[in-house]
Amino acid sequence: MSAVEGIHPGLNLAHPHAEAQAETETALFGFWVFLMSDAVIFALLFATYGVMLHATVGGPTPSGVYEIGPALLETVILLTSSFTFGLASIAMKHGAPRRRLLGWLGVTLALGLAFLVLEVRDFLTMFAQGATPMRSGYLSSFFALVPLHGLHVAAGCLWLAVMMVQVVVFGIDERVRINVLRLGLFWHFLDIVWIGLFSVVYLQGLIR
Amino acid sequence: MNAPLWPAVFGRFGWMDLPFVRAWQDPSVSEIIGAGAGGLVVFGGLAVVVLVTWLGRWGYLWREWFTTLDHKKIGVMYVVIAFVMLSRALVEAVLMRMQQAAAINAPGFVAPDHFAQLFTTHGSIMIFFMAMPFLTGAINYVMPLQIGARDVAFPLLNAVSLWLTAGAAGLMMVSLVIGRFSTGGWTGYPPYTELAFSPDVGPDYWIWAVTLGSIGTTLSGLNFAVTIYKKRCPGMDLMRMPMFCWTSLCTAILMIFAMPPLTVATALLALDRYLGFHFFTNDLGGNMMNYANLIWLFGHPEVYILILPAFGVYSEVISTFSSKELYGYTSLVIATMAIAVLSFTVWVHHFFTMGQSANINAVFGIATMAIGLPTGVKIYDWIWTMFRGRVRFSVSMLYSLAFMMTFVLGGLTGIVLAFPPLDYLVHNTLFLVAHFHNMLIPGLLYGMLAGYNYWFPKAFGFRLDETWGRISFGCWVAGFYLAFMPLYVLGAGGMTRRSQAVFEPAFRPWLYIAGIGALVLLCALVTLFVQLWVSIRNRESTRVPVGDPWNAGGLEWSIPAPPPEYNFAVIPTVRDRDPFYVEKEAGNAYPRPKRYEPIAMPANSMTGPALGVLGAVTAFGLVWHMWWLAGLGLAASIATIIARSFVRDLYRIVPAAEVGRIDRRWRKEIDRAKPIGRAVEGTPANRGLAEVEAA
Amino acid sequence: MPECSVADRPASRIRGPGSRHEGLPRSPIRRLLRLVSAGAPLLLGGCDVFKLGVANHAGPVAEAQWHLLLIVGAVLVFVAAPVWLLTPLIAWHYRIGKKGNVYKPKWTFSWPLEGLIWIPPTGIVIGLGFVLWHYTLALDPYRPLPSSEPALEIQAVALDWKWLFLYPEQGVATVNQMAIPVGRPVHMSLTSGTVMQSLLIPQLAGQIYAMAGMTTQLNLAASRAGSFRGENTQFNGLGFQNQKFEVLALPGEDFTAWVARARAADRPLDSGAVDGLMKKSVPPEPILYSSVPPNLFQTLIARAQEPSR
Repeated sequence: MSAVEGIHPGLNLAHPHAEAQAETETALFGFWVFLMSDAVIFALLFATYGVMLHATVGGPTPSGVYEIGPALLETVILLTSSFTFGLASIAMKHGAPRRRLLGWLGVTLALGLAFLVLEVRDFLTMFAQGATPMRSGYLSSFFALVPLHGLHVAAGCLWLAVMMVQVVVFGIDERVRINVLRLGLFWHFLDIVWIGLFSVVYLQGLIR
Repeated sequence: MNAPLWPAVFGRFGWMDLPFVRAWQDPSVSEIIGAGAGGLVVFGGLAVVVLVTWLGRWGYLWREWFTTLDHKKIGVMYVVIAFVMLSRALVEAVLMRMQQAAAINAPGFVAPDHFAQLFTTHGSIMIFFMAMPFLTGAINYVMPLQIGARDVAFPLLNAVSLWLTAGAAGLMMVSLVIGRFSTGGWTGYPPYTELAFSPDVGPDYWIWAVTLGSIGTTLSGLNFAVTIYKKRCPGMDLMRMPMFCWTSLCTAILMIFAMPPLTVATALLALDRYLGFHFFTNDLGGNMMNYANLIWLFGHPEVYILILPAFGVYSEVISTFSSKELYGYTSLVIATMAIAVLSFTVWVHHFFTMGQSANINAVFGIATMAIGLPTGVKIYDWIWTMFRGRVRFSVSMLYSLAFMMTFVLGGLTGIVLAFPPLDYLVHNTLFLVAHFHNMLIPGLLYGMLAGYNYWFPKAFGFRLDETWGRISFGCWVAGFYLAFMPLYVLGAGGMTRRSQAVFEPAFRPWLYIAGIGALVLLCALVTLFVQLWVSIRNRESTRVPVGDPWNAGGLEWSIPAPPPEYNFAVIPTVRDRDPFYVEKEAGNAYPRPKRYEPIAMPANSMTGPALGVLGAVTAFGLVWHMWWLAGLGLAASIATIIARSFVRDLYRIVPAAEVGRIDRRWRKEIDRAKPIGRAVEGTPANRGLAEVEAA
Repeated sequence: MPECSVADRPASRIRGPGSRHEGLPRSPIRRLLRLVSAGAPLLLGGCDVFKLGVANHAGPVAEAQWHLLLIVGAVLVFVAAPVWLLTPLIAWHYRIGKKGNVYKPKWTFSWPLEGLIWIPPTGIVIGLGFVLWHYTLALDPYRPLPSSEPALEIQAVALDWKWLFLYPEQGVATVNQMAIPVGRPVHMSLTSGTVMQSLLIPQLAGQIYAMAGMTTQLNLAASRAGSFRGENTQFNGLGFQNQKFEVLALPGEDFTAWVARARAADRPLDSGAVDGLMKKSVPPEPILYSSVPPNLFQTLIARAQEPSR
């Protein structure tokens, strides 16, 4: 196994994790492919949102329902959580004691949950204003796109919790390592989608 | 039961949702057919359960088939699903043809509602539960063998894909017994399929069956692509891969990118139907045109997903049965990739008539013509493969020849349809129906049947019966022409598709011929099963244990028939294209390994069947608004996935001694067998060892 | 009228004696079937089917489409003929067991042949591309037909399972009967009161979808008198197959007489009548309405977008 073989884009598990390296190549490549298919789904929902942006049918409009404050706070929280996940990945790569890995995973989880709480609060506020998805095509497209991202974040939080349990139960073995790497990809991917959401949905909606 | 309790437990189910009750209330021919179909499903299911119990084979089935992660067995199970669903959908087609022949200024015997469900299930089953499983099964079985791998990249994911597909197919069968199916066609256009116009369970069955299947397919595509990229044996460069692997790769890429639009389209429709969203409704800002775009962003690449594996089969079959290397390998590769890329640029041609500007229509029309170009290149490359070869007319080769002649006609009518002004005339008429069946039957189905006849001996160790193979072939070809050529004429005369009755006497002779054609196709199906039965009965005289019955060039022929679980005792190293030919010509066809190593194979897992069942249960709950069941199913699915992630024992080691024992037993067969020439390929003298002149 | 002939059946089966693998067993059944299928339509008067479609065109749009079909068909013969000729020829000529054939198992490439495989078809596609571009723009359903006379305006509303035709200039309306004057262009605006539908009159022009909340357009004309079939081609429910209508192309005075007949029908298209039409039904006979409220077309477009529950 030469050093050149089996190098995948992203965090590399070199010595002393050479065996994990070989498995990782295929596993992470496959996960990238999955993320691409997920990206297509998000892209289509972005396109649907763009096409239905004006289907407000006399109801609430983007500038009427979006609030920049909460959206900005959610952005900061999510970006920070990507940073903390990065710290977790580095802890894992450099063989830090599992306490540190658990700690950073836990912080990421907490930030993820905070993001979700704020987002749900946003939606409830919109509902209270009569901006429900049943009100218009525009609101339907908003509530397909943004909550889909939220569902992904929720799945990521569940995954984080499961990984934390597995770190405790199994230690940082090969399977745990690969799954933390995949979760990392997933988490950063969601961050990128959120940046798209923030720009295309919230910023664009409020610049009127 | 208590009035509020019934809907809480049983959702919107009522007794009239059973076809038996409906037929009791209204014993018309149409209802009795429906009840009969439902009865067949119940009876058939029970019969299978009783038979397996009586034979005491539940343990065997569970161990060897349901929980296996072996790509070969998974491939076989996919093809079994395909054959079962082909039978159902073909019978549905016969019913429709009979109805149209009978209902010329007369009511016929199939009521309009029943007829509409028939054309919807026929299309949905043929595409999602016959064609997709058939080609997925073929790729599953053959591709890892051809690239010298032991399994696909993600064996568990492979099993999950299979069982999701099986669960979805099961849901389709359940819809015959409980409730009804959609009447909106296999593409389910809103607003017809919205609550306002179809509040019944039909569209929901369609949505969830298609969604389950599409998730399975996306995961399969992912699996195949990663396998081809990462699991090729040493020396197997991309440009040394068999053409079937190239088409598998492009098919896989299409699956990865084309299934998500379908998932989005059905998901948005589900949001409309379940939560009152307004994506495609007539009111409050919905726009049905978005659905058309989404569904055909999926739908057009989908038809290339259907045809590319068949093209791969033809490359293999034509080369082998011409005893000649493929002509124009590089051109074929370029053409395949061009088809894959271009398939994403033509989707609007499915709705030229939706009112967009002439410029848009013209651009997509030209793109549609462009995509015919690489396909034509492939056909010529196959013709030139036969040139200066030695052509043998095996069953597989017959299908390939019939494909080349007949598919071209479909391509021509495709060019006609690519012209928007002509499409305006024949869109949604039987001309269109004739065109796409002209592509799918001679293209996809003949390809799958050619592959079936070609690789069956490898999978099961004995050849299929040639005589019944030819009879079946003859029926498929004659039946196709009789059933579909008249449809071109009828379409040119303005007869629309999906018509439960017609009112023009001029249509009569053509509908009669088409009806006869449908019956001939039914014979084709029956003779296909007869071929299988006769083959099993006569298997001792057609055994090919050495594994190379056709003197072919791919790695899959260099191992025993049937292959051991781990495929190769020693992973081969490849020196060129058609690697097995290269070794045979060098006199090194079956090199004896110096040493046998233990082999780690994926351990069995019940995750696949569990997710398949739970997925179907969740879907059933959603269809009937049994929210507790849907919630439980979803929760259990998530729990299953989490539980699986805690499993650490993922491998089963096959000891070196076992590998050696299996290999030595095979080598005894090689020593015992006499190498044969092609002239006696179809006789019992063929034990799977080919006589090859040294190069 | 075209010569009636069954669609070309390419010679696809290679027959011959020999061992199981050297040729196909003769199949008299297949031969018989083909004979029957070739002969039957002629015997049973099947040629009439072509009278119902574009081959029997009755207007300038359909006539142009027919010419385009002939052009495309002629070119496509050159695309298909090589395959239909070469496939059986080469397969049969190079069958195993035939003595004296050259056998070149490793011959896999030839630059001149590649040129022949790629270049002429590319040329055909490019050539057809120009034809396609020209005809697509020329036969755009939204393009008004050139004429000295002003176009007759008809508004079509697709309902379940019938067509409502409004004549805003004449102030009359019909269900399932579209009368048009011969020789004068007709401009149709279409919408749907229910689900997506599609209006097709194959002897006059191509089809266009009719969708709720939206307006599409279709321009056509009849160049001779007659009665032509119209239909909906987009499935919309249990009465779909019955949703046919007749198109009466009437010479000038006859058209005026028809309008007068409609005005004398003493059946106004009032809100009660509209509500009746909105119910799912298949009218057994065409209906003529003597008066139409102004802007009914716009009203029905708005009505289709009202929430249904």
